[in-house]
Amino acid sequence: MRILRAIFGHGSGRIGGCIVAVYLLLAILGLLGLTPHNPITQYRIDRLHAPSAAYWMGTDLFGRDVASRLMAGIGQSFTVAFFSVAFATLAGTVLGLAAAWLGRRWDGVVMRIMDVLLAFPAILLALLIVTVAGPGTWTSVIAIGIVYTPIFTRVVRGPALSLKAREFVDAARTFGSSSSYIVTRHLLLNLVAPLTVQVTLALAWALLTEAGLSFLGLGTQPPAASLGLMLSDSRNLMETAPWLMIFPGLAIMISILGFNLLGDALRDVLDPKTRRAPA
Amino acid sequence: MNYLLRRLATFPLVLLGVSVLVFVAIRMVPGDSITAMLGTEAGLLTPAQRDALAAYFGIDQPWFVQYWRWIGGILRGNFGISVTYGRPVLDVVLERFPLTLELAVLSMIIALAVGMPAGIYAATHSEKPSDLGVRVIAMIGQSTPSFVLGLLIIYTLSAGFGVLPAMGEFAPLWQDPLRNLSQLILPAVTLGFAFAASVTRIARSAMLDVLSDDYVRTARSKGASARSVIWRHALPNALIPVVTLSGIEFGYLLGGAVIVEQIYALPGLGRMVLDAILQRDYALVQGSVLFIAFNFMIVNLLVDLAYVALDPRIRLGEQ
Amino acid sequence: MIPLLSVSGLRVGFGRDPRANEVVRGISFDLADGETLAIVGESGSGKSVTALSINRLIDFSGGRITGGSMKLKRADGSLFDLTKASEPQMTGIRGAEIGMIFQEPMTSLNPVLTIGAQIEESFRLHRGLTGRQATSAAKDALDRVRIPDAARRLKYTPNQLSGGMLQRVMIAIALACNPRLLIADEPTTALDVTVQAQIMALLGELKRETGMSVIFITHDIGLVAGIADKVMVMQNGQAVEQGELNQLLDRPGHPYTRHLLRDVPHFANGRATRADGKRDENAGMNPALKVDGLVVRFPLKSNVFSRATGAVHAVDGIDFDLMPGETLAIVGESGSGKSTTAKAVLGLVRSTRGSFSIETNSAARSARPVQMVFQNPYASLNPRLTIESILAEPVIATGGRVDAGTKAAMASLLERVGLPANSLQRYPHEFSGGQRQRLCIARALMLNPSVVVLDEAVSALDVSVQAKVLELLVDLQREFGLAYLFISHDMAVVERIAHRIAVIYAGQIVEIGKAASVLSQPRHSYTKKLIAAVPTIDRRRERFELDTRQMPSLVRPQGFEPAPARWEAFGEDHMVRVEG
Repeated sequence: MRILRAIFGHGSGRIGGCIVAVYLLLAILGLLGLTPHNPITQYRIDRLHAPSAAYWMGTDLFGRDVASRLMAGIGQSFTVAFFSVAFATLAGTVLGLAAAWLGRRWDGVVMRIMDVLLAFPAILLALLIVTVAGPGTWTSVIAIGIVYTPIFTRVVRGPALSLKAREFVDAARTFGSSSSYIVTRHLLLNLVAPLTVQVTLALAWALLTEAGLSFLGLGTQPPAASLGLMLSDSRNLMETAPWLMIFPGLAIMISILGFNLLGDALRDVLDPKTRRAPA
Repeated sequence: MNYLLRRLATFPLVLLGVSVLVFVAIRMVPGDSITAMLGTEAGLLTPAQRDALAAYFGIDQPWFVQYWRWIGGILRGNFGISVTYGRPVLDVVLERFPLTLELAVLSMIIALAVGMPAGIYAATHSEKPSDLGVRVIAMIGQSTPSFVLGLLIIYTLSAGFGVLPAMGEFAPLWQDPLRNLSQLILPAVTLGFAFAASVTRIARSAMLDVLSDDYVRTARSKGASARSVIWRHALPNALIPVVTLSGIEFGYLLGGAVIVEQIYALPGLGRMVLDAILQRDYALVQGSVLFIAFNFMIVNLLVDLAYVALDPRIRLGEQ
Repeated sequence: MIPLLSVSGLRVGFGRDPRANEVVRGISFDLADGETLAIVGESGSGKSVTALSINRLIDFSGGRITGGSMKLKRADGSLFDLTKASEPQMTGIRGAEIGMIFQEPMTSLNPVLTIGAQIEESFRLHRGLTGRQATSAAKDALDRVRIPDAARRLKYTPNQLSGGMLQRVMIAIALACNPRLLIADEPTTALDVTVQAQIMALLGELKRETGMSVIFITHDIGLVAGIADKVMVMQNGQAVEQGELNQLLDRPGHPYTRHLLRDVPHFANGRATRADGKRDENAGMNPALKVDGLVVRFPLKSNVFSRATGAVHAVDGIDFDLMPGETLAIVGESGSGKSTTAKAVLGLVRSTRGSFSIETNSAARSARPVQMVFQNPYASLNPRLTIESILAEPVIATGGRVDAGTKAAMASLLERVGLPANSLQRYPHEFSGGQRQRLCIARALMLNPSVVVLDEAVSALDVSVQAKVLELLVDLQREFGLAYLFISHDMAVVERIAHRIAVIYAGQIVEIGKAASVLSQPRHSYTKKLIAAVPTIDRRRERFELDTRQMPSLVRPQGFEPAPARWEAFGEDHMVRVEG
């Protein structure tokens, strides 16, 4: 509650929070099928219809309603982003905590594996995984999840190492607290704040990567709607039907902006170190 | 030099990991490679012909033998033969690499030339309207995917000015510098925009951190002017995060900018890898991914060298 | 005579509305040429803000001067109000007419520039010197602060020098252009006591050489007795008392000044030790803790693949015993091995050799008879747990259940250490530093230990809070018969709580015995030097000796064993290691 109020009191938090809230609503409506039109129905007579009262954002080459497809696409993108980030958070937290707490050889092994994953450009690694598993929604989830796991591992390991050296962990050792107690109460509990920030920012990247994969035709498969795919399809019709490009483009951009703004605000609110004196 | 040696020691280890990962990943792709290679014609093969082909490509051997042969070949400079191009993998990759390298360098120049001054300006005008303006633009920049920006640029040019970005046959820099630059400037801007936004944000926050450090106060207590405080005392200390970020971004750009190359129809590394993946040209995928990872690690090593040059504490093997 | 600096009615505030949020509220003082003013106060008194306001560095920390004037007599004799100066005017004054040194020498120098470059900058800014002239001026400046081998050190970066050396470099920078006013903001607080003595000696000599005026900010009224002409005592942003040094120390007028002089621990050369807890009362009892031949070494490897080539001998053969109800203080400077000893006793670092025997109270056998209280009360409590969870942890860790009885025990312990009964549901950040340290003490007592290791347990606290926590510790010791192993660098604090003292130097005990005897008649040369370095109220205007010897390196080749110690006894409980 206190944090919600702090975010709302933070300029970019307010804007970011509102954007994210609106998108969440659109995503849920899109997933439930509560869209103005059916997103895959082809209204053949109204092909490439400009935005109007009936078709708020126009129609595409097959006469499908862009606004409805946009909502369905947002639902799709958010599903992928949510599950892939959940995957990466879980895997990264477990690996990062294990590396930090067990130390020595374990730390070396885990971090070298993460170095291997980090040696691939993100989109290339995702492409490789999609190739192995075949394109599709859940493949995208796994691919994006694996791509961001090393980042979460690093985000967890660094602070976990410094927490491990803190005096309250030394104190816990003098009582003989169990490893599981120390790891959950003293390490994990203190990592909630940095993880929250990282999750928010990772959602922005995940949306970006999902859109990129779909744009290349390796994410969500047609006829299902996805923002990247819509954008990719719009390329040849750019001059005749610019709305096909502009609405999905803006939709992607604003969703990423929302999470970035919210992540920034969370960082300011949750991390007292960033409250600085003016220069 | 202890620090660099330690970093160098992990280099072959990570490269080995990358090679195993790529090799295993490729072998996990469903379907056999002979079918993938020959398409429908594969159906016309007799089992004997199939076996002969498998033996020819060495895929009748257990995977570790195949891996061993592949690595052995690479160590002798032989990355294998690309099926789609019918030429050595290394030749194909090196043919595409100059464009990718040039695009990466151009984007980084744009990012640093815009991002550094903007970040420093914002940090020294912290909480003033001009700082807010820089931050808003940087935030939007960081949130704009390259494919959205690329399409917007193309659309604006064609709809607004009736011109199309220079495409067609790519002209290498040494053959036709002007035509080359006209082909690469828009892709570089597209990639450089978000990159510049990241540089701006990290430069701003690093400068703000440094400006509240004790030694900056000491410099002021000596009577150093505002300009000297910023350029002489604060900036060298704020460079490390900027170098880190630029290094990582640059390293990734060296792996090819798949999407931007796709939009601007550029024959770079990224599109080549994408096509190789789509056409199941395994030798090319394996070879090029290893090449890309190697470059990425070389860039990381250069970043480490930069740390050593920037900060005497690292030079002496501390943190 | 017009004073060099005349401050009147100075007010400084912070934030959006500086007037509503004032930290300094109407400070006035005059400082004559060649005079030294000490500003004494605890944290939050506004003493550092006052210091930073004089050269207007406060502008860069979000502060605004909201009232008053600060008239500086400039070199040409004109009067100049610093409160009205523009930033360009101030850059001409800072460094040239007002020099400043700070508390943390380690962070106050730019890590990426050589110290030579940082000293030369002053000459470049105010004297217009460049190139070889600047270098030779920088070398002279280092010579002046008695840094040996100055020409070579110019090329060093700050991480290559010790804290004491860095503070000398800071002094060299501050005095490079012969300012007539030096502001020293707690310049020795981060340093070891013997290094502090050297820095104080250096400041005293330089003051005599140059005839500059000094404003010396400190929390330690004992420290300024040796250097100040006038003293101003600050509390809550106001000067509660100011006057001549002798008058203020001998006849303090304000209750707060009296409190600082009388209630706060000051070193008294063994005259203020505890009278209780005679050792012979315990004759025949088993020691609560007996440590035999403790050795802690950290192997040194040149790289991952090679074998150890040597070892850091952090603790090199320490023996002592600790009787129930007794406090043994282990005193030493940073790097002497005192904290490593404490951690080895708790098992937080692995000891290479040596044995411990621990006798639990006969009444209640505790699962964990040795407990510890750490130095930093802000780092030793998990900020995300309630006080109840924090106090429950030792019980859970030893397999106990948290039931009504446990909660009652928590409540009574909290009350016993002087915390409100409703503390259980609150979080650590809601408590002050002193209260947190009380919480740590309560947590250590949850398991009913027989030995409590206190590792610099009051060092991070303000002086008046220190006194109260020490009182609490003494009371608890009497009540529960606790044995304390009290690790500290602060002789004044040690004097108040220790029955016995062990002086540790380079990983070895050099002198051990009854507190009064060790403090009043130190025998070992290191103990003598250490005690001579402690500032006291009694010794005024005494010259410190300049000594640049440093602790020997603790790095030894593989397989090195120290020569066995030979001991000499002085009196019934006072042993000294034979030197040489």
